[in-house]
Amino acid sequence: METTKTFWLPEQASTFAGMVDWAFNLYYWISLFFFVLVVGLITAFVLKYKRKREDQMASGQMIHNTMLETSWTVIPLLIVMALFFIGMRGWWHMRIAPSNAKAIDVVGMKWNWTFNYPQGFSNDTLVVPVHQPVRLRVTSTDVIHGFYVPAFRTKVDVVPGRYQALWFEATKTGVFPVLCTQYCGTSHSYMLSAVKVLEKDEYEAWLSEAAAASGGDMPLDQFGATVYTKRGCNACHSVDGAAGIGPTWKGLWGKTHPLASGENVTVDEAYIKQSVLDPASQIVAGFAPIMPSYKGILSDREIEAITAYIQTLK
Amino acid sequence: MSAHHENINYFKASKGFLNWLVTVDHKRIGLMYLASILFFFIAGGTYAFLFRMELWSPLEGFMTPDTYNHLFTMHGVIMVFLVVVPGIPGALGNFLLPIQLGAKDLAFPKLNITSLYLYWIGAILALFSLTQGRADSGWTFYAPYSLSQNPAVLWMLTAAFILGFSSILTGVNFIVTIHKMRAPGMTWFRLPLFVWALYATGIMQVFATPVLGITLALLLIENFFRIGIFDPSLGGDPLMMQHFFWFYSHPAVYIIVVPAFGVVSELIATFSRKDIFGYKFIAFSSVAITIIGFLVWGHHMFVAGQSDVAVTIFSFLTFFTAVPSAIKVFNWTTTLYQGSIKLTTPMLYALQFLFNFTIGGLTGIILGILSVDIHLHDTYFVVSHFHYVAMGSTMIAFIGGIYYWWPKMTGRMFNELWGKIGAVLVFVGFNLTFFVQLIMGSQGSPRRYYNYLAEYQIFHQLSTIGIVILAVGLFTALFNLLISLKNGAIAPQNPWGARTLEWTHAETPPVLYNFTETPVVTEGPYEYPVEKA
Repeated sequence: METTKTFWLPEQASTFAGMVDWAFNLYYWISLFFFVLVVGLITAFVLKYKRKREDQMASGQMIHNTMLETSWTVIPLLIVMALFFIGMRGWWHMRIAPSNAKAIDVVGMKWNWTFNYPQGFSNDTLVVPVHQPVRLRVTSTDVIHGFYVPAFRTKVDVVPGRYQALWFEATKTGVFPVLCTQYCGTSHSYMLSAVKVLEKDEYEAWLSEAAAASGGDMPLDQFGATVYTKRGCNACHSVDGAAGIGPTWKGLWGKTHPLASGENVTVDEAYIKQSVLDPASQIVAGFAPIMPSYKGILSDREIEAITAYIQTLK
Repeated sequence: MSAHHENINYFKASKGFLNWLVTVDHKRIGLMYLASILFFFIAGGTYAFLFRMELWSPLEGFMTPDTYNHLFTMHGVIMVFLVVVPGIPGALGNFLLPIQLGAKDLAFPKLNITSLYLYWIGAILALFSLTQGRADSGWTFYAPYSLSQNPAVLWMLTAAFILGFSSILTGVNFIVTIHKMRAPGMTWFRLPLFVWALYATGIMQVFATPVLGITLALLLIENFFRIGIFDPSLGGDPLMMQHFFWFYSHPAVYIIVVPAFGVVSELIATFSRKDIFGYKFIAFSSVAITIIGFLVWGHHMFVAGQSDVAVTIFSFLTFFTAVPSAIKVFNWTTTLYQGSIKLTTPMLYALQFLFNFTIGGLTGIILGILSVDIHLHDTYFVVSHFHYVAMGSTMIAFIGGIYYWWPKMTGRMFNELWGKIGAVLVFVGFNLTFFVQLIMGSQGSPRRYYNYLAEYQIFHQLSTIGIVILAVGLFTALFNLLISLKNGAIAPQNPWGARTLEWTHAETPPVLYNFTETPVVTEGPYEYPVEKA
């Protein structure tokens, strides 16, 4: 089975990919045929019937031909109807998840992806086992995004206020890019993630480790460092002092800074918690008021962890 | 205008800048549209040129992501609303329609200048938005992203709203003119195919554009009053915005390309010296595309979250739009058979239209195949498809039409050698720019991307090289025309030996009311004699 990248298509890594690529290639040959036919005839006619004398007229006057016109109406019609059926059947297969599919929730927001596992933890990459149907329930907390895995040949728009679904079954292990396909602002093209497909036993191991790490064992500030990356704070806040869309966390703790409203505020636990739950109320002067609220998204423990982490960033 | 002006050519009929600004002469209005549209084509093209330079490398070059997002938004809004939608009807349609019908002017000359004024007002508002911030919503204004009360976006929405009225009034004017002002003997099936195309376009302009107006108005209302029409955080439905938007914007793509079909029919008939194969089919297919074109808007939203049943129906209907367009291409190709073909500059544009439109049409059909569209949707494949039809077909036909009718409009012949050089550079540049985008798209590269994965860099670089060649070609084509205004040979009445009324009965350039006496039509528009054996 062809699984590597070809001239037109990326590698195949899902059960859908072969079916989609078959339809793509079938259509490619059909179009190539018609393209060569049309361009070939145009070229031939232009060369053969080139005007040789300035007053030369056409050598024929054919303006109707029932046989030609009928065939080039009926044949394309039959072809497109066949294409419709192929596409329709593929669509319905790709839209209806099998009953044994494992469910994972996906949240898209400006500008990162969060994968919420039923075991109660979140991750910034989608880790799944190979040869296992997975059904994603996707939603957005702000604007419309698009969830796309080219190697799986599947995508769906991610719409705020509703849930959409997408399913797949990975056919090989590896890491496959996840890209946002619905324009969503400044970092639309940086809203990348990945599907990491593991062998079943590796997946089970990862799963139990991830579930544990979300709980009590890790030191709080270390947990905060993982929240920083896994929950996408890094999209806008640096930890090394570099300028970004939001204030850097380096040296933030205990700092006094002016808000856009004119008042000054000192960075302490309360300030951080309020910034996470209701950022619009405390915009730092000089920064755009675009941080979304993480109310209902970050747990209290995660907010405490971030606070602890920020305290370590001198 | 007093009677003794009737035999003076339309340039000389009245003098001065003000007389142009308040004219009701469709020919002057057409030229003012032409100048405005060329100006915005250069502006929109410059935006594209700039961001294509940024895309040479995936790393941050000379602009930020925010600037990039603003540039592609401006490129899209300008090209769609200020260039390709008004383009051929405004510039060529206004100039030629009355003359091709044997009429003195359009049915409503004052409405015509009103359309132009509305175009200018919309254009000024669009430019004004640049002073109010940076519009960055994309030309599609999807909610909720467009509900951020960005002042520049609000001005853009207003500009597009006003431009819609320009389009509607032109459509009304053309429909009435075609029904009521044909010269004696000009039956429906003796109409030039350009007229049929403008008729179908007029119907679409009148029925579809009001929905755009409503959509833009609702977006403005939602921005200002936060009612909860499209904003889900207020209980609104973002998908409904897309339905409203595409209900106009799908017919819009036919408003864009159908006039180009009309131009191509004229060019191929004239430069093959032959009647168009399947005239009636081509005439009726424009009407068929008009009707079916209102039923397929959901194919722009296959992965947006519609029901699977709706998606299936939209795919089914979409394939029906393909067949009439395919048959047109076969008809044009067959017209060349046994013709007496001259590869003038306009003909080079007509032939590259056939090449590009074949690719544009074929790449559209694959997007209708549901299972494949999931992969290709919102990738560079789509960007390439619509540039093949909006630029490679529509604009190429537009330029071909400008060249073809240039002698009639200005009284001057352009330099044929430089015309051909421009046409070849445009062909090579355009195809290099956009063919590689098909591959990039099917490989999985999304659109509207400032940053991209390193594996796509070679395609981006080829595409950027292509746009440089394209730009050189387009400026060559433009300067050739502008220079001809001073240096070109004086044009004879019918330099191409064509048989439609503007060539056979109107002077070059035409007199004020087009004809010194009303033409009487006794034959079809392309009844060329055949070579005697």
